[in-house]
Amino acid sequence: MLVLERVHTHYGAVEALQGVSIEVRKGEIVTLIGANGAGKTTLLMTICGSPQASSGRVIFEGEDITHLPTHEIMRRGLAVSPEGRRIFPELTVTENLQMGAFYASRREIEEGLEHVFTLFPRLRERSSQRGGTMSGGEQQMLAIGRSLMSRPRLLLLDEPTLGLAPMIISQIFDIIRTIREEGVTVFLVEQNAHQALQIADRGYVLENGRMVLSDTGPNLLANDGVRRAYLGA
Amino acid sequence: MSQNLKNAAIAALLTAVLVTPIIGLQLQRQNFELTLIPHWDKVVLASAAVFLIQLLHPYLFRNGRTAIRLPAWPQLQPRQQRIGMLVLLAIGFAWPFFGSRGAVDLATLALIYVVLGLGLNIVVGFAGLLDLGYVGFYAIGGYTYALLYNYFGFGFWESLPVAAAMAALAGFLLGFPVLRLRGDYLAIVTLGFGEIIRLMLNNMTELTGGPDGISGIPKPTVFGIEMTRRASTEGGTTFHELLGLSYQSQHMVIYMYLLALILAVFTWFVSNRLIRMPIGRAWEALREDEIACRSLGLNPTAVKLSAFTLGATFAGLAGSFFAARQGLVNPESFTFIESALILAVVVLGGMGSQLGVVLAAILITVLPEIARGLAEYRMLIFGLVMVLMMIWRPQGLLPATRPQVELPT
Repeated sequence: MLVLERVHTHYGAVEALQGVSIEVRKGEIVTLIGANGAGKTTLLMTICGSPQASSGRVIFEGEDITHLPTHEIMRRGLAVSPEGRRIFPELTVTENLQMGAFYASRREIEEGLEHVFTLFPRLRERSSQRGGTMSGGEQQMLAIGRSLMSRPRLLLLDEPTLGLAPMIISQIFDIIRTIREEGVTVFLVEQNAHQALQIADRGYVLENGRMVLSDTGPNLLANDGVRRAYLGA
Repeated sequence: MSQNLKNAAIAALLTAVLVTPIIGLQLQRQNFELTLIPHWDKVVLASAAVFLIQLLHPYLFRNGRTAIRLPAWPQLQPRQQRIGMLVLLAIGFAWPFFGSRGAVDLATLALIYVVLGLGLNIVVGFAGLLDLGYVGFYAIGGYTYALLYNYFGFGFWESLPVAAAMAALAGFLLGFPVLRLRGDYLAIVTLGFGEIIRLMLNNMTELTGGPDGISGIPKPTVFGIEMTRRASTEGGTTFHELLGLSYQSQHMVIYMYLLALILAVFTWFVSNRLIRMPIGRAWEALREDEIACRSLGLNPTAVKLSAFTLGATFAGLAGSFFAARQGLVNPESFTFIESALILAVVVLGGMGSQLGVVLAAILITVLPEIARGLAEYRMLIFGLVMVLMMIWRPQGLLPATRPQVELPT
């Protein structure tokens, strides 16, 4: 479904990604783990075309999207819940969600809203509240809900549990499972390696812009190197 | 305390420097000689006053909150905003039949600023793009009518849509390269474009008449019937003949006023609809977070361009109306100060608040007229009002409120 072939990405002279290749197959949850500054977010943003890869290819559903502008990539059936949530603080919850399906018809928007409100009953309660006045967990739910509004086939999540309370974190992971059961492929970038690897079919480990390991979720959980470096055991 | 004393001393010194050329030195002509008469007492008095105010400042403004408090303005809900608008409208339509000729004429000018303010509100208030060259589109609207009349004999009504379209086209073409920039950079470049348009009009002498501009632009007709003393064509009918009234120049003034009012209502209505449409929400979303918008598949340039183009369209409408009202356009009418004034209307009114913009437009045109007796001090008072506004009410006269429910937490 999504393939990255030897992707290099530069910020000016700094090479943040040094030839990274990954593959995400339809229906999987694939997670990318790594330390701060390893290039996880850069990798995700490169898929979205901001910044664009300086060499290598990004292929989504057989189409080369490496050099497309971001707004065109995001209309091809993939959606992102960006790092730091980036909801619109002054807009209401419903308006935030509507922005997620800007090009959809009125009926599709209604269906999308109903779908998101079923997934996150909390958002229905808060539907006319301003996005910026909600708690971090609610904002994260809103960010995920907003990205689901365009009915994506591939969902990219950038650190959806950062800074949240443990109970909210397990709720978010439950939601990610539900989303996959509904047929959406999930690519999850996480620092919370333990829980991410538990729900993931496969995982990649990124270190200093290079892919150092890739295996199934359970195997990575059991891997000694991963345990020492990321699981604190 | 010593910090306080220092602040007060610096403020007093600054006052002395600023005040000396304004009221401290007076030029007097005796026969053929110019003499300079200093009024040091006044300078000293002004400095002393500022020194005292600065010294007592911390006691007047405690904990960052002012001890002198303005009465709290009611937070207007959308429903109340609508009622306020209807009241304003009723007063607006009744006004010309009671007001004096000068007052109606002034109100017409105020309404032009209402249209300009509401138009710029789309760009600055809704989309959050700081446009300092808005007057350029106003100029294009005015000159479109003037040139079409001058070269092709177009009337006001035929020119109005063309003027709006030309301004929109200019907005589109200028916006295209410019809207990649953000914030201050955008402001500077739009400022430049506004000046370029004015300078072009000034220097294309063969086409636009250069600094002299174009004069003799006719007033609008009433569905093709002229509102003049005598018909310009042989055998034509004029308005007063048709209705069997005696000719009064007052009629034209009232007619112009009502046209301006209709134009203003139209602008208000359209921008009010726009903000409720998805495109309006996209402007707001873009103002808040451009990266999030791109991640949702929105093309930021296209969204900004739509706001820029629509804003320019209203400036074009206002411009051609302005040309008809004055009967004369020249580049002098479209200087940067005009842009600044329109921006002041938007900021004073409360960015994004339409009722606020309408009130601010009326204030900014009417106040200088009332203060005519103070002649030279007008700009000084204008500046003072601006400073006070920024201290006491930085969010504007009637800040925009978004429909929302506050949940008890």
